[in-house]
Amino acid sequence: MNGLGRGLATLAGLLLVWQAVVMLGDLPPYILPDPWAVARSLWHHGGSLLHHAGVTALEIVLGMVLGTLLGCGSALVLGYSRRARRWLLPALVASQAIPVFAIAPLLVLWLGYGMSSKIAMAMLVIYFPVTANFYDGLRHTRRGWLDLARVMLPEQRRWAVLRHIAIPAALPALASGLRVAAAVAPIGAVLGEWVGSSAGLGYLMLHANSRMQVDLMFAALFVLAALAVGLYFLVDAGSKRWLPWHRPSPETETD
Amino acid sequence: MTPSQPALPASATPLPARLAVSLRAARLVYGGMTLFDGLNLELGGGGFTCLLGPSGIGKSSLLRLLAGLTPPGVSGELRGGDGRPLAGRVAYMAQQDLLLPWLNVLHNVTLGGRLRGEAVDRSRALGLLGRVGLADAVLARPDTLSGGMRQRVALARTLMEDRPVVLMDEPFSGLDALTRLRLQALAAELLAGRTVLLVTHDPLEALRLGEHILIMNGRPATLSALPDLPGTPPREPGEPAVQAAYRAILRRLEAA
Repeated sequence: MNGLGRGLATLAGLLLVWQAVVMLGDLPPYILPDPWAVARSLWHHGGSLLHHAGVTALEIVLGMVLGTLLGCGSALVLGYSRRARRWLLPALVASQAIPVFAIAPLLVLWLGYGMSSKIAMAMLVIYFPVTANFYDGLRHTRRGWLDLARVMLPEQRRWAVLRHIAIPAALPALASGLRVAAAVAPIGAVLGEWVGSSAGLGYLMLHANSRMQVDLMFAALFVLAALAVGLYFLVDAGSKRWLPWHRPSPETETD
Repeated sequence: MTPSQPALPASATPLPARLAVSLRAARLVYGGMTLFDGLNLELGGGGFTCLLGPSGIGKSSLLRLLAGLTPPGVSGELRGGDGRPLAGRVAYMAQQDLLLPWLNVLHNVTLGGRLRGEAVDRSRALGLLGRVGLADAVLARPDTLSGGMRQRVALARTLMEDRPVVLMDEPFSGLDALTRLRLQALAAELLAGRTVLLVTHDPLEALRLGEHILIMNGRPATLSALPDLPGTPPREPGEPAVQAAYRAILRRLEAA
Protein backbone atom coordinates (compact mmCIF):
# COMPACT_ATOMS: atom_id res chain seq x y z
CA MET A 1 0.00 0.00 0.00
CA ASN A 2 1.74 3.08 -1.27
CA GLY A 3 -0.83 5.49 0.20
CA LEU A 4 -0.58 3.86 3.61
CA GLY A 5 3.21 4.10 3.51
CA ARG A 6 3.05 7.79 2.64
CA GLY A 7 0.53 8.37 5.45
CA LEU A 8 2.78 6.65 7.99
CA ALA A 9 5.81 8.62 6.78
CA THR A 10 3.88 11.88 7.18
CA LEU A 11 2.78 10.82 10.68
CA ALA A 12 6.36 9.96 11.66
CA GLY A 13 7.56 13.31 10.30
CA LEU A 14 4.94 15.21 12.31
CA LEU A 15 5.89 13.30 15.49
CA LEU A 16 9.54 14.22 14.93
CA VAL A 17 8.69 17.90 14.51
CA TRP A 18 6.54 17.73 17.64
CA GLN A 19 9.38 16.18 19.64
CA ALA A 20 11.79 18.78 18.29
CA VAL A 21 9.46 21.66 19.27
CA VAL A 22 9.15 20.27 22.80
CA MET A 23 12.93 19.80 23.16
CA LEU A 24 14.10 22.99 21.51
CA GLY A 25 11.40 25.19 23.07
CA ASP A 26 11.99 23.60 26.47
CA LEU A 27 8.21 23.51 26.97
CA PRO A 28 6.80 22.17 30.25
CA PRO A 29 4.51 19.10 29.93
CA TYR A 30 1.42 21.08 31.02
CA ILE A 31 1.79 23.32 27.95
CA LEU A 32 2.85 20.76 25.38
CA PRO A 33 3.58 17.17 26.44
CA ASP A 34 6.00 15.22 24.27
CA PRO A 35 4.72 12.39 22.03
CA TRP A 36 5.84 9.74 24.51
CA ALA A 37 3.79 11.21 27.31
CA VAL A 38 0.75 11.22 25.05
CA ALA A 39 1.42 7.65 23.97
CA ARG A 40 1.72 6.60 27.63
CA SER A 41 -1.54 8.37 28.42
CA LEU A 42 -3.16 6.66 25.43
CA TRP A 43 -2.11 3.30 26.88
CA HIS A 44 -2.92 4.15 30.48
CA HIS A 45 -6.40 5.59 29.82
CA GLY A 46 -7.14 3.15 27.02
CA GLY A 47 -10.36 1.78 28.51
CA SER A 48 -11.83 5.17 29.27
CA LEU A 49 -10.76 6.56 25.88
CA LEU A 50 -12.36 3.61 24.15
CA HIS A 51 -15.62 4.12 26.04
CA HIS A 52 -15.82 7.83 25.23
CA ALA A 53 -14.70 7.28 21.64
CA GLY A 54 -17.52 4.79 21.25
CA VAL A 55 -20.05 7.37 22.41
CA THR A 56 -18.68 10.02 20.05
CA ALA A 57 -18.46 7.57 17.14
CA LEU A 58 -22.08 6.57 17.63
CA GLU A 59 -23.12 10.23 17.67
CA ILE A 60 -21.15 10.89 14.49
CA VAL A 61 -22.47 7.87 12.63
CA LEU A 62 -26.09 8.48 13.60
CA GLY A 63 -25.71 12.16 12.74
CA MET A 64 -24.21 11.19 9.37
CA VAL A 65 -27.01 8.76 8.59
CA LEU A 66 -29.84 11.09 9.60
CA GLY A 67 -28.21 14.16 8.06
CA THR A 68 -27.61 12.29 4.81
CA LEU A 69 -31.22 11.10 4.67
CA LEU A 70 -32.52 14.59 5.38
CA GLY A 71 -30.07 16.21 2.94
CA CYS A 72 -30.85 13.76 0.14
CA GLY A 73 -34.57 14.21 0.72
CA SER A 74 -34.26 17.98 0.57
CA ALA A 75 -32.12 17.86 -2.57
CA LEU A 76 -34.65 15.58 -4.26
CA VAL A 77 -37.54 17.85 -3.37
CA LEU A 78 -35.57 20.83 -4.68
CA GLY A 79 -34.65 18.96 -7.83
CA TYR A 80 -38.18 17.72 -8.45
CA SER A 81 -40.35 20.72 -7.77
CA ARG A 82 -39.80 24.17 -9.17
CA ARG A 83 -42.09 25.64 -6.54
CA ALA A 84 -40.05 24.06 -3.76
CA ARG A 85 -36.94 25.52 -5.35
CA ARG A 86 -38.42 29.00 -5.39
CA TRP A 87 -39.54 28.88 -1.76
CA LEU A 88 -37.03 26.66 -0.02
CA LEU A 89 -33.74 27.48 -1.71
CA PRO A 90 -33.50 31.05 -0.33
CA ALA A 91 -34.46 29.76 3.12
CA LEU A 92 -31.82 27.05 2.88
CA VAL A 93 -29.11 29.52 1.91
CA ALA A 94 -30.20 32.00 4.60
CA SER A 95 -30.13 29.25 7.23
CA GLN A 96 -26.44 28.86 6.53
CA ALA A 97 -25.87 32.41 7.76
CA ILE A 98 -26.61 31.13 11.29
CA PRO A 99 -23.50 29.45 12.67
CA VAL A 100 -24.40 26.02 13.96
CA PHE A 101 -22.08 26.70 16.89
CA ALA A 102 -24.38 29.49 18.01
CA ILE A 103 -27.38 27.21 18.37
CA ALA A 104 -25.50 24.41 20.13
CA PRO A 105 -26.60 25.64 23.61
CA LEU A 106 -30.19 25.77 22.38
CA LEU A 107 -30.00 22.19 21.15
CA VAL A 108 -28.69 21.05 24.51
CA LEU A 109 -31.49 22.98 26.19
CA TRP A 110 -34.13 21.39 23.97
CA LEU A 111 -32.77 17.88 23.58
CA GLY A 112 -30.92 17.46 26.86
CA TYR A 113 -27.42 16.44 27.87
CA GLY A 114 -27.68 13.03 26.24
CA MET A 115 -26.71 11.85 22.83
CA SER A 116 -29.63 13.30 20.89
CA SER A 117 -28.40 16.89 21.08
CA LYS A 118 -24.99 15.80 19.70
CA ILE A 119 -26.58 13.75 16.95
CA ALA A 120 -28.67 16.78 16.05
CA MET A 121 -25.52 18.92 15.95
CA ALA A 122 -23.68 16.52 13.64
CA MET A 123 -26.79 16.31 11.50
CA LEU A 124 -27.08 20.07 11.19
CA VAL A 125 -23.41 20.48 10.34
CA ILE A 126 -23.54 17.98 7.48
CA TYR A 127 -27.03 18.83 6.21
CA PHE A 128 -25.92 21.72 4.03
CA PRO A 129 -22.90 20.14 2.28
CA VAL A 130 -24.95 17.01 1.52
CA THR A 131 -27.96 18.95 0.25
CA ALA A 132 -25.95 21.48 -1.73
CA ASN A 133 -23.71 18.92 -3.43
CA PHE A 134 -26.47 16.47 -4.29
CA TYR A 135 -28.78 19.22 -5.52
CA ASP A 136 -25.96 20.64 -7.62
CA GLY A 137 -25.44 17.20 -9.15
CA LEU A 138 -29.16 16.85 -9.84
CA ARG A 139 -29.20 20.21 -11.59
CA HIS A 140 -26.25 19.51 -13.85
CA THR A 141 -27.39 16.39 -15.64
CA ARG A 142 -25.68 16.17 -19.00
CA ARG A 143 -27.90 17.87 -21.55
CA GLY A 144 -27.56 15.09 -24.14
CA TRP A 145 -28.91 12.50 -21.67
CA LEU A 146 -31.95 14.64 -20.99
CA ASP A 147 -32.49 15.12 -24.74
CA LEU A 148 -32.31 11.38 -25.24
CA ALA A 149 -34.82 10.79 -22.45
CA ARG A 150 -37.10 13.46 -23.91
CA VAL A 151 -37.18 11.74 -27.30
CA MET A 152 -37.72 8.34 -25.68
CA LEU A 153 -40.44 9.67 -23.41
CA PRO A 154 -42.07 12.75 -24.93
CA GLU A 155 -44.72 13.24 -22.25
CA GLN A 156 -43.19 15.01 -19.28
CA ARG A 157 -42.56 12.40 -16.61
CA ARG A 158 -40.06 14.04 -14.33
CA TRP A 159 -39.93 11.24 -11.82
CA ALA A 160 -38.91 8.64 -14.43
CA VAL A 161 -36.14 10.89 -15.72
CA LEU A 162 -35.04 11.71 -12.18
CA ARG A 163 -34.97 8.06 -11.16
CA HIS A 164 -33.26 6.61 -14.22
CA ILE A 165 -30.95 9.43 -15.23
CA ALA A 166 -30.65 12.47 -12.96
CA ILE A 167 -30.25 10.67 -9.62
CA PRO A 168 -27.62 8.14 -10.74
CA ALA A 169 -25.82 10.91 -12.61
CA ALA A 170 -25.75 12.99 -9.41
CA LEU A 171 -24.33 10.23 -7.21
CA PRO A 172 -20.69 11.30 -7.69
CA ALA A 173 -21.66 14.80 -6.56
CA LEU A 174 -23.45 13.29 -3.55
CA ALA A 175 -20.31 11.29 -2.80
CA SER A 176 -18.20 14.44 -2.65
CA GLY A 177 -20.82 15.97 -0.36
CA LEU A 178 -20.55 12.92 1.87
CA ARG A 179 -16.76 13.22 1.97
CA VAL A 180 -17.11 16.80 3.22
CA ALA A 181 -19.76 15.57 5.66
CA ALA A 182 -17.43 12.88 6.99
CA ALA A 183 -14.82 15.55 7.64
CA VAL A 184 -17.14 17.96 9.49
CA ALA A 185 -19.50 15.58 11.30
CA PRO A 186 -16.97 14.97 14.14
CA ILE A 187 -16.77 18.75 14.66
CA GLY A 188 -20.51 18.86 15.20
CA ALA A 189 -20.53 15.99 17.66
CA VAL A 190 -17.58 17.26 19.72
CA LEU A 191 -18.97 20.78 19.76
CA GLY A 192 -22.22 19.43 21.15
CA GLU A 193 -20.27 17.59 23.82
CA TRP A 194 -18.41 20.75 24.82
CA VAL A 195 -21.63 22.64 25.40
CA GLY A 196 -22.94 20.07 27.81
CA SER A 197 -22.53 16.33 28.17
CA SER A 198 -21.52 13.50 30.46
CA ALA A 199 -19.73 11.29 27.95
CA GLY A 200 -17.79 11.41 24.70
CA LEU A 201 -14.35 12.53 23.59
CA GLY A 202 -15.33 16.20 23.79
CA TYR A 203 -16.44 15.72 27.38
CA LEU A 204 -13.21 13.86 28.16
CA MET A 205 -11.13 16.68 26.67
CA LEU A 206 -12.91 19.35 28.71
CA HIS A 207 -12.59 17.21 31.82
CA ALA A 208 -8.87 16.60 31.24
CA ASN A 209 -8.32 20.25 30.43
CA SER A 210 -9.82 21.42 33.73
CA ARG A 211 -7.50 19.04 35.60
CA MET A 212 -4.41 20.08 33.64
CA GLN A 213 -4.14 16.53 32.23
CA VAL A 214 -2.83 17.92 28.98
CA ASP A 215 -1.39 14.56 27.90
CA LEU A 216 -4.85 12.98 28.19
CA MET A 217 -6.30 15.88 26.23
CA PHE A 218 -3.85 15.21 23.43
CA ALA A 219 -4.58 11.50 23.61
CA ALA A 220 -8.31 12.20 23.22
CA LEU A 221 -7.54 14.57 20.37
CA PHE A 222 -5.49 11.85 18.71
CA VAL A 223 -8.33 9.34 19.01
CA LEU A 224 -10.76 11.89 17.61
CA ALA A 225 -8.50 12.57 14.64
CA ALA A 226 -8.12 8.84 14.01
CA LEU A 227 -11.91 8.52 14.15
CA ALA A 228 -12.41 11.34 11.66
CA VAL A 229 -9.76 10.05 9.26
CA GLY A 230 -11.18 6.53 9.49
CA LEU A 231 -14.66 7.81 8.73
CA TYR A 232 -13.38 9.78 5.75
CA PHE A 233 -11.60 6.80 4.26
CA LEU A 234 -14.64 4.62 4.86
CA VAL A 235 -16.82 7.03 2.90
CA ASP A 236 -14.17 7.41 0.21
CA ALA A 237 -13.75 3.66 -0.17
CA GLY A 238 -17.52 3.22 -0.20
CA SER A 239 -17.99 5.74 -2.97
CA LYS A 240 -15.26 4.10 -5.04
CA ARG A 241 -16.83 0.70 -4.46
CA TRP A 242 -20.38 1.76 -5.30
CA LEU A 243 -19.58 4.17 -8.12
CA PRO A 244 -16.92 2.25 -10.04
CA TRP A 245 -17.97 3.97 -13.26
CA HIS A 246 -17.05 7.36 -11.92
CA ARG A 247 -13.35 7.88 -12.34
CA PRO A 248 -12.24 11.48 -12.50
CA SER A 249 -9.75 11.40 -15.33
CA PRO A 250 -7.92 14.12 -17.25
CA GLU A 251 -9.74 13.08 -20.40
CA THR A 252 -13.16 13.85 -18.94
CA GLU A 253 -15.30 14.43 -21.97
CA THR A 254 -16.65 17.84 -22.70
CA ASP A 255 -20.17 18.12 -23.92
CA MET B 1 -30.32 -7.65 -45.54
CA THR B 2 -28.49 -10.24 -47.56
CA PRO B 3 -30.02 -13.72 -47.56
CA SER B 4 -26.71 -15.32 -46.58
CA GLN B 5 -27.00 -13.99 -43.04
CA PRO B 6 -28.55 -16.24 -40.41
CA ALA B 7 -32.00 -15.13 -39.27
CA LEU B 8 -31.53 -13.69 -35.81
CA PRO B 9 -34.46 -12.87 -33.52
CA ALA B 10 -34.03 -9.13 -34.16
CA SER B 11 -34.64 -9.51 -37.86
CA ALA B 12 -37.84 -11.40 -37.18
CA THR B 13 -39.58 -8.40 -35.63
CA PRO B 14 -41.85 -6.76 -38.20
CA LEU B 15 -40.90 -3.22 -39.13
CA PRO B 16 -43.23 -0.45 -38.03
CA ALA B 17 -45.37 0.97 -40.85
CA ARG B 18 -43.50 3.41 -43.05
CA LEU B 19 -44.11 6.94 -41.95
CA ALA B 20 -43.45 10.07 -43.98
CA VAL B 21 -42.44 13.30 -42.24
CA SER B 22 -43.53 16.78 -43.17
CA LEU B 23 -42.16 20.03 -41.77
CA ARG B 24 -43.70 23.30 -42.98
CA ALA B 25 -42.62 26.90 -42.56
CA ALA B 26 -39.83 26.16 -40.11
CA ARG B 27 -38.13 29.22 -38.71
CA LEU B 28 -35.19 29.58 -36.36
CA VAL B 29 -33.86 32.84 -35.02
CA TYR B 30 -30.78 32.40 -32.89
CA GLY B 31 -28.85 35.25 -31.30
CA GLY B 32 -30.55 37.83 -33.52
CA MET B 33 -29.62 35.89 -36.66
CA THR B 34 -32.15 34.11 -38.83
CA LEU B 35 -30.69 30.67 -39.49
CA PHE B 36 -33.64 29.59 -41.58
CA ASP B 37 -37.11 30.92 -42.34
CA GLY B 38 -39.98 29.39 -44.26
CA LEU B 39 -38.10 26.13 -44.61
CA ASN B 40 -40.05 23.10 -45.87
CA LEU B 41 -38.91 19.53 -45.55
CA GLU B 42 -40.66 16.41 -46.77
CA LEU B 43 -39.27 12.95 -46.05
CA GLY B 44 -40.79 10.03 -47.90
CA GLY B 45 -41.78 7.04 -45.75
CA GLY B 46 -39.03 4.45 -45.43
CA GLY B 47 -36.35 6.47 -47.21
CA PHE B 48 -32.77 7.15 -46.08
CA THR B 49 -32.08 10.87 -46.50
CA CYS B 50 -28.78 12.58 -45.77
CA LEU B 51 -28.74 16.25 -44.92
CA LEU B 52 -25.45 17.81 -45.91
CA GLY B 53 -24.17 21.26 -45.16
CA PRO B 54 -21.34 23.27 -43.63
CA SER B 55 -21.12 23.47 -39.85
CA GLY B 56 -23.08 26.22 -38.15
CA ILE B 57 -25.69 26.33 -40.90
CA GLY B 58 -28.46 25.01 -38.63
CA LYS B 59 -28.52 21.31 -39.60
CA SER B 60 -28.49 20.11 -36.02
CA SER B 61 -31.14 22.63 -35.02
CA LEU B 62 -33.36 21.37 -37.83
CA LEU B 63 -32.83 17.80 -36.66
CA ARG B 64 -33.58 18.73 -33.05
CA LEU B 65 -36.75 20.45 -34.23
CA LEU B 66 -37.81 17.19 -35.91
CA ALA B 67 -36.94 15.25 -32.74
CA GLY B 68 -39.20 17.46 -30.65
CA LEU B 69 -36.23 19.01 -28.85
CA THR B 70 -37.31 22.48 -29.82
CA PRO B 71 -34.68 25.04 -28.90
CA PRO B 72 -35.90 28.53 -28.00
CA GLY B 73 -36.58 30.77 -30.98
CA VAL B 74 -37.73 27.97 -33.25
CA SER B 75 -41.12 27.41 -34.81
CA GLY B 76 -42.65 25.30 -37.55
CA GLU B 77 -45.46 22.90 -38.29
CA LEU B 78 -44.35 19.29 -37.84
CA ARG B 79 -46.52 16.32 -38.78
CA GLY B 80 -46.19 12.67 -39.59
CA GLY B 81 -47.36 11.52 -43.01
CA ASP B 82 -50.63 10.43 -41.41
CA GLY B 83 -51.30 13.95 -40.18
CA ARG B 84 -50.69 13.14 -36.53
CA PRO B 85 -47.87 14.57 -34.38
CA LEU B 86 -44.48 12.95 -34.60
CA ALA B 87 -43.73 12.82 -30.86
CA GLY B 88 -43.24 9.28 -29.59
CA ARG B 89 -42.57 7.89 -33.06
CA VAL B 90 -38.98 9.09 -33.37
CA ALA B 91 -35.65 7.65 -32.30
CA TYR B 92 -32.64 9.93 -31.94
CA MET B 93 -28.94 9.22 -32.19
CA ALA B 94 -26.45 11.97 -31.48
CA GLN B 95 -22.78 12.48 -32.22
CA GLN B 96 -21.94 11.53 -28.65
CA ASP B 97 -23.01 8.00 -27.83
CA LEU B 98 -24.80 9.28 -24.69
CA LEU B 99 -24.38 5.94 -22.95
CA LEU B 100 -25.12 6.08 -19.24
CA PRO B 101 -21.83 5.13 -17.57
CA TRP B 102 -23.47 3.40 -14.61
CA LEU B 103 -25.42 0.96 -16.76
CA ASN B 104 -24.00 -2.02 -18.58
CA VAL B 105 -24.42 -2.39 -22.33
CA LEU B 106 -27.67 -4.36 -22.12
CA HIS B 107 -29.27 -1.91 -19.71
CA ASN B 108 -28.20 1.01 -21.87
CA VAL B 109 -29.85 -0.59 -24.88
CA THR B 110 -33.10 -1.14 -22.97
CA LEU B 111 -33.14 2.33 -21.38
CA GLY B 112 -36.17 3.58 -23.34
CA GLY B 113 -38.46 0.82 -22.14
CA ARG B 114 -37.44 1.26 -18.53
CA LEU B 115 -37.96 5.04 -18.74
CA ARG B 116 -41.48 4.43 -20.02
CA GLY B 117 -42.09 1.77 -17.38
CA GLU B 118 -42.66 -0.95 -19.98
CA ALA B 119 -41.70 -4.59 -19.77
CA VAL B 120 -38.26 -4.94 -21.32
CA ASP B 121 -37.88 -7.39 -24.19
CA ARG B 122 -34.54 -8.81 -23.18
CA SER B 123 -34.20 -11.34 -25.96
CA ARG B 124 -34.84 -8.67 -28.59
CA ALA B 125 -32.15 -6.47 -27.02
CA LEU B 126 -29.71 -9.39 -27.01
CA GLY B 127 -30.56 -10.10 -30.64
CA LEU B 128 -29.86 -6.49 -31.60
CA LEU B 129 -26.58 -6.53 -29.73
CA GLY B 130 -25.70 -9.65 -31.70
CA ARG B 131 -26.51 -7.82 -34.93
CA VAL B 132 -24.13 -4.98 -34.08
CA GLY B 133 -21.44 -7.51 -33.14
CA LEU B 134 -21.50 -6.98 -29.38
CA ALA B 135 -22.84 -10.33 -28.22
CA ASP B 136 -19.74 -10.75 -26.04
CA ALA B 137 -19.93 -7.31 -24.44
CA VAL B 138 -23.50 -7.45 -23.17
CA LEU B 139 -22.52 -7.04 -19.51
CA ALA B 140 -19.59 -4.67 -20.06
CA ARG B 141 -19.62 -1.16 -18.66
CA PRO B 142 -19.39 1.57 -21.33
CA ASP B 143 -16.07 2.94 -20.04
CA THR B 144 -14.41 -0.36 -20.91
CA LEU B 145 -15.43 -0.09 -24.58
CA SER B 146 -13.77 1.59 -27.54
CA GLY B 147 -15.39 4.56 -29.27
CA GLY B 148 -16.59 2.39 -32.14
CA MET B 149 -18.10 -0.17 -29.79
CA ARG B 150 -19.83 2.54 -27.80
CA GLN B 151 -21.39 3.96 -30.93
CA ARG B 152 -22.55 0.47 -31.88
CA VAL B 153 -24.28 0.23 -28.51
CA ALA B 154 -25.92 3.57 -29.27
CA LEU B 155 -27.05 2.20 -32.63
CA ALA B 156 -28.54 -0.87 -30.93
CA ARG B 157 -30.30 1.40 -28.43
CA THR B 158 -31.72 3.45 -31.32
CA LEU B 159 -32.98 0.29 -33.03
CA MET B 160 -34.37 -1.05 -29.76
CA GLU B 161 -36.72 1.92 -29.72
CA ASP B 162 -38.23 0.46 -32.89
CA ARG B 163 -39.61 3.76 -34.15
CA PRO B 164 -40.61 4.41 -37.78
CA VAL B 165 -38.52 7.59 -37.93
CA VAL B 166 -34.83 7.69 -37.00
CA LEU B 167 -32.95 10.98 -36.70
CA MET B 168 -29.16 10.91 -36.56
CA ASP B 169 -26.88 13.83 -35.88
CA GLU B 170 -23.39 13.10 -37.24
CA PRO B 171 -23.39 9.75 -35.47
CA PHE B 172 -20.10 8.55 -36.95
CA SER B 173 -18.04 11.73 -37.11
CA GLY B 174 -16.03 10.97 -33.97
CA LEU B 175 -14.72 7.64 -35.24
CA ASP B 176 -11.61 6.62 -37.15
CA ALA B 177 -11.97 6.02 -40.89
CA LEU B 178 -12.17 2.23 -40.87
CA THR B 179 -14.58 2.01 -37.94
CA ARG B 180 -16.68 4.67 -39.62
CA LEU B 181 -16.94 2.70 -42.87
CA ARG B 182 -17.98 -0.42 -40.98
CA LEU B 183 -20.58 1.38 -38.90
CA GLN B 184 -22.00 3.12 -41.95
CA ALA B 185 -22.52 -0.25 -43.64
CA LEU B 186 -24.09 -1.64 -40.48
CA ALA B 187 -26.41 1.35 -40.12
CA ALA B 188 -27.49 1.16 -43.76
CA GLU B 189 -28.35 -2.49 -43.32
CA LEU B 190 -30.13 -2.27 -39.99
CA LEU B 191 -32.07 0.93 -40.67
CA ALA B 192 -33.48 -0.23 -44.01
CA GLY B 193 -37.22 0.35 -44.19
CA ARG B 194 -37.28 3.18 -41.68
CA THR B 195 -37.54 6.87 -42.47
CA VAL B 196 -34.03 8.08 -41.68
CA LEU B 197 -32.63 11.57 -41.68
CA LEU B 198 -28.88 11.66 -41.11
CA VAL B 199 -27.17 14.99 -40.64
CA THR B 200 -23.54 15.14 -41.73
CA HIS B 201 -20.91 17.57 -42.90
CA ASP B 202 -19.04 14.82 -44.77
CA PRO B 203 -20.09 14.59 -48.47
CA LEU B 204 -18.68 11.08 -48.79
CA GLU B 205 -20.78 9.85 -45.91
CA ALA B 206 -23.89 11.33 -47.50
CA LEU B 207 -23.02 9.74 -50.85
CA ARG B 208 -22.33 6.39 -49.24
CA LEU B 209 -25.53 6.22 -47.22
CA GLY B 210 -28.17 8.48 -48.75
CA GLU B 211 -30.96 7.28 -50.98
CA HIS B 212 -31.74 10.98 -51.15
CA ILE B 213 -29.34 13.80 -50.44
CA LEU B 214 -30.36 17.27 -49.33
CA ILE B 215 -27.96 20.18 -49.24
CA MET B 216 -28.52 22.91 -46.69
CA ASN B 217 -26.82 26.15 -47.56
CA GLY B 218 -26.95 29.92 -47.40
CA ARG B 219 -28.15 32.37 -44.75
CA PRO B 220 -31.02 32.12 -44.12
CA ALA B 221 -30.49 28.52 -45.14
CA THR B 222 -32.43 26.78 -47.87
CA LEU B 223 -32.66 23.10 -48.79
CA SER B 224 -31.99 21.75 -52.25
CA ALA B 225 -32.12 18.12 -53.36
CA LEU B 226 -29.31 16.41 -55.23
CA PRO B 227 -30.34 14.03 -58.03
CA ASP B 228 -30.68 10.52 -56.56
CA LEU B 229 -27.66 8.33 -57.19
CA PRO B 230 -27.84 4.92 -58.85
CA GLY B 231 -27.34 1.80 -56.75
CA THR B 232 -28.36 0.98 -53.21
CA PRO B 233 -26.49 2.13 -50.13
CA PRO B 234 -24.00 1.53 -48.69
CA ARG B 235 -22.17 2.57 -51.83
CA GLU B 236 -18.43 2.09 -52.22
CA PRO B 237 -16.58 5.40 -51.92
CA GLY B 238 -14.58 4.55 -55.08
CA GLU B 239 -17.56 4.15 -57.43
CA PRO B 240 -17.43 6.53 -60.45
CA ALA B 241 -20.97 7.79 -59.80
CA VAL B 242 -19.97 8.61 -56.22
CA GLN B 243 -16.84 10.41 -57.39
CA ALA B 244 -18.79 12.48 -59.94
CA ALA B 245 -21.45 13.38 -57.39
CA TYR B 246 -18.74 14.27 -54.88
CA ARG B 247 -17.33 16.88 -57.28
CA ALA B 248 -20.83 18.20 -57.95
CA ILE B 249 -21.49 18.59 -54.22
CA LEU B 250 -18.24 20.45 -53.65
CA ARG B 251 -19.08 22.82 -56.51
CA ARG B 252 -22.48 23.46 -55.05
CA LEU B 253 -21.17 24.03 -51.53
CA GLU B 254 -18.52 26.41 -52.82
CA ALA B 255 -20.95 28.32 -55.02
CA ALA B 256 -23.08 29.35 -52.06
